[in-house]
Amino acid sequence: MAESAVKPRKTFRNISVPQILSYRLPPAGQVSILHRISGALLFLALPIIILPLFAKSFVSPAGFETISVLAGFTIVKLIFLILIWGYLHHFCAGIRYLVLDLHIGLDKVSAQRSARIVLGISLALTLVFGLKLFGAW
Amino acid sequence: MPAQEKIGQYRLVVGAHYGTAQYIIQRVTAIILAVYTLILLIGFLSMSGFTYEGWRNLFTFDMLGLPVGQVLATLAFLSLAWHAYIGIRDIWMDYVKPVGIRLGLYVLSILWLAGAAIYFITIVWGS
Repeated sequence: MAESAVKPRKTFRNISVPQILSYRLPPAGQVSILHRISGALLFLALPIIILPLFAKSFVSPAGFETISVLAGFTIVKLIFLILIWGYLHHFCAGIRYLVLDLHIGLDKVSAQRSARIVLGISLALTLVFGLKLFGAW
Repeated sequence: MPAQEKIGQYRLVVGAHYGTAQYIIQRVTAIILAVYTLILLIGFLSMSGFTYEGWRNLFTFDMLGLPVGQVLATLAFLSLAWHAYIGIRDIWMDYVKPVGIRLGLYVLSILWLAGAAIYFITIVWGS
């Protein structure tokens, strides 16, 4: 490559938090960072929230009843809903990555479309779980 | 750089492909978890009402006298722990540069997940 063909590119190093927050990511970028955030969230919640609740509900009928009562509180429902969204987003985005790994849908247009679909489906499924959780039926 | 050492136009690819192994393990464990999620979902949806017995049975059912439910749950959890370690390790590698802190975070992540795995196994295999 001839040296003259290399244009100096703008570099953005150590951008600050407000800059990150004002930076509008394309849909694929949003899926990517949310995949990371949801994964980290589930990692952190696993031994301190998810497993204790599972243990209580699993070990005895009385514990199961306790968790059922606990699940009646709005704050607990909200915590459940955040974790459910985290799992669903991580699941849907993960399926997308597996498909991309097979070199399917790599071009710009279909990659952005599949990213929008992932964001939409995980939010829609979260809404379904949320309606169930808050007793819509 | 001699031409035969180059892969692609610019890069010299070196190493023992440890990264490739991690990449493949992350995807294989992802597929295991996706399949297990669907198994649980089907089991859950085929329950008649959400009862304690039904909930327990999802993770403890027997087939031909074998503890299939517990074995599947345990394998799925070990896949989860391995998958989570690779993912969290990627996060530390991207954002934490000092080697000492990074190593400490790796160790803590492994202990965190190993603890979770032990906890899960004692729950599912406890009577």
